[in-house]
Amino acid sequence: MIIAQRLALGVLTLIVVSMVIFGAVSMLPGDFAEAILGQGATPQAVAAIRRDLGLDEPAILRYFSWLGDTLRGDLGVSYAQMNFQSNMGGGDNLRTVASQIAPRFANTMFLAGVTACIAVPFAVGLGILAALFRNSAFDKAANVSTLSSISSPEFFLAYILILFLAVLNPVLPSLSNIYEGMTLSERLEKTLLPALTLTLVVTAHMMRMTRAAIINLLASPYIEMARLKGVSPMRVIVRHALPNALAPIINVVALNLAYLITGVVVVEVVFVYPGIGQLFVDSVKNRDIPVVQACCLIFAAAYILLNLTADILSILSNPRLRHPK
Amino acid sequence: MTDTTARPVLLQMRDIRIEGRSDETWTPIINGVDLTLHKGEVLGLIGESGAGKSTLGLAAMGFTRDGVRISGGSITFDGIDLVNASAEQKRQLLGKRIAYVAQSAAASFNPAHKLIDQHAEAPVAHGTATRAEAEEDGIELYRKLRLPNPDEIGFRYPHQVSGGQLQRAMVAMAMSCRPDLIIFDEPTTALDVTTQIEVLAAIRHIVAEFDTAAIYITHDLAVVAQMADRIKVLLRGDEVEESDTRSMLEQPQEDYTKSLWAVREFQRPDKPPPAVDATPVISVQGITAAYGKIDVLHDVSFDIHAGRTVAVVGESGSGKSTAARVITGLLPPRVGQVELDGETLPLDYRKRSKDQLRQVQMIYQMADTALNPRKTIGEIIGRPVQFYMGLRGRRKRDRVAELLDQIELPPETYLDRLPSELSGGQKQRIGIARALAAEPRFIICDEVTSALDQLVAEGILRLLARLQDELGLSYMFITHDLATVRSIADEVVVMKDGRVVEQGPKPEMFRPPHHPYTDLLLSSVPEMDPDWLTNLLKERGVDDIGDASADKI
Repeated sequence: MIIAQRLALGVLTLIVVSMVIFGAVSMLPGDFAEAILGQGATPQAVAAIRRDLGLDEPAILRYFSWLGDTLRGDLGVSYAQMNFQSNMGGGDNLRTVASQIAPRFANTMFLAGVTACIAVPFAVGLGILAALFRNSAFDKAANVSTLSSISSPEFFLAYILILFLAVLNPVLPSLSNIYEGMTLSERLEKTLLPALTLTLVVTAHMMRMTRAAIINLLASPYIEMARLKGVSPMRVIVRHALPNALAPIINVVALNLAYLITGVVVVEVVFVYPGIGQLFVDSVKNRDIPVVQACCLIFAAAYILLNLTADILSILSNPRLRHPK
Repeated sequence: MTDTTARPVLLQMRDIRIEGRSDETWTPIINGVDLTLHKGEVLGLIGESGAGKSTLGLAAMGFTRDGVRISGGSITFDGIDLVNASAEQKRQLLGKRIAYVAQSAAASFNPAHKLIDQHAEAPVAHGTATRAEAEEDGIELYRKLRLPNPDEIGFRYPHQVSGGQLQRAMVAMAMSCRPDLIIFDEPTTALDVTTQIEVLAAIRHIVAEFDTAAIYITHDLAVVAQMADRIKVLLRGDEVEESDTRSMLEQPQEDYTKSLWAVREFQRPDKPPPAVDATPVISVQGITAAYGKIDVLHDVSFDIHAGRTVAVVGESGSGKSTAARVITGLLPPRVGQVELDGETLPLDYRKRSKDQLRQVQMIYQMADTALNPRKTIGEIIGRPVQFYMGLRGRRKRDRVAELLDQIELPPETYLDRLPSELSGGQKQRIGIARALAAEPRFIICDEVTSALDQLVAEGILRLLARLQDELGLSYMFITHDLATVRSIADEVVVMKDGRVVEQGPKPEMFRPPHHPYTDLLLSSVPEMDPDWLTNLLKERGVDDIGDASADKI
């Protein structure tokens, strides 16, 4: 019941977001025609391209035709592709936005997945240890180091890692150029350095929330009871505090995973990683609106889906809701 | 109760000193108390809140809460020095040889795990039993403690089990390793009387069966009289006196102990019944009210006359507080009406006039949460003075000072203080002053003394009685404590499951014959006689007390 409600709310949010995206993109100064023609933008040429792409129609109409296409799974054709086609002739194999984004998106998900597999257990484990040895030197060191890593710019962290792991001790490749046909282990090796950089970026939030959520519970009577039963300190934290601290931890993890999908363009640039972030930035530069809109929609969907999952998981982590009276 | 002092000593505390950290300084909580406990003996530890009972009880386990430390003295448990023992050494003892039963089982069971998982944790961790053995033994203990469905109840989560049953499950958990010593920290304080009696009987039975020594902490003298072989009285971290239960009850030596014993003697004189044709101040007529779709009050009617106190008694869930919410208009009833001085009140408080709102005031159980912690006492009481009476500036200040005088707190000291700077009893007095500020005719007192120590509670009851005489107030006094009813009520309304089962003038209500439920309530209130529980169990049998008995009615 609650879950169905959340799902409906998620869909509604996505529709609102699509309007915002469309509105924001329409308000970008300049358009594809001006951007592609550059210096040679005569009014006639601009108007011709606009007419070809349907840019001269009213915004409302364009929104609904885009929304309708999107709902049918058709994200359209990139303007850049279309233009290239009409100028140079060439075959019929027009690359759709979907086919353009798909491999990039898969790469981004791969990087996010690898990072999540490293960062989530690392951050939660570190948070548990920090809670266990709270106010000790270990706790302070963990706090200071994660905080300083989150406070440093991503490219800086990336170059430091490159310096230590690729230049001074060449154990990992500094370029993450991934292409089709690589084996999984090759892919992993190439992805490891950006994944480590991103781990450094997202650990602090998750670790500090884990620590705080657990410490918050340590004054509860049931924790005291566990101690008075002679339960070891580690078991008190892992078995008695952690299950009750899951809801806030899950939410922070979800937010950070969403960041991994949508906010990693800097890291992609540094490691020349062919993810969706680079494609997105290039498309904005070229005013290639179908691609920009599709990327935005994917980012929004990722955020909404992850938060939805987090909500549902936090509900499921509560025994009162799992086992009603 | 046999003489246990001849048996070997199990626990010895010598000149124990404990300090707590507050505002960067260490302040003493326990100032040098001695305590000796023999094998199989039950020692009652009594005193008011802040006396250091729980702190001392936990120290007997070698445990202190965060921000508390043992600063001096020695604690020896069966030859082991608990003050200097390592954390690991203490952990070997805790749960296995010394166990703890907390005040609120609902808060002390981990909500994330099933009862039996929590039960089996200690025996498995200490290696005294395998998981399967521990489970089997748990079911056996549940059966001994007379829990319903002993085979199945352990596989529920804490929120699926009622308070009294949880408390017994916690006793079972404490027994899981058959410890030599159990610390019972107010195990029945949060329970209704009929539930309390079951838990008391269960504890006494199982402690005797396994010959377990126990420290029984409580502020309720009648309860400790049933449970303990010896009683130690504490006052602000000092021992007042100690002796065996009978001599302590019959001839307390110290003035403080005598004053504790005397608390229950406060009783207001009976008033003549109101004139037959008098219009009641509040008349509740045929109220049926619901939360959502479920009716929680069924055809409830009672009258409250000028200058009189009607005590509404019943167990938790009986609908006492819901009735109060209906009268104040917070919960408009489905059927029925409420009259004030013969005039029908709008059912929803939002439709009542300011004057109608003024006439009905409320005092709450938890003064802590009912006062805004960021406002000074002057602001808290000044607000209704301004809102209802329209007084401002100097006249408002004078009125607030007058109200503070009425509740026996000197205005010059208290006007600018914050609630956090007051004791529990003083906070409750502020709650009273705030209600009086509206100059009402009728005040609902919702469990106003149940969070207070007996001496303090008695002070509040005396104050309320005096104000009633001076101002002609009518009270609706919601309580589950029959001793309070006895001391201040003029009429009694007994509620059960949202219905009024019996009502009438107090003298009649305390004289048989009663409705069987009233009888059950009355007979479940512990008395100071140490043989009370034994006799009651002999008379009625273990299956005819508490909820088991209530369900038959």
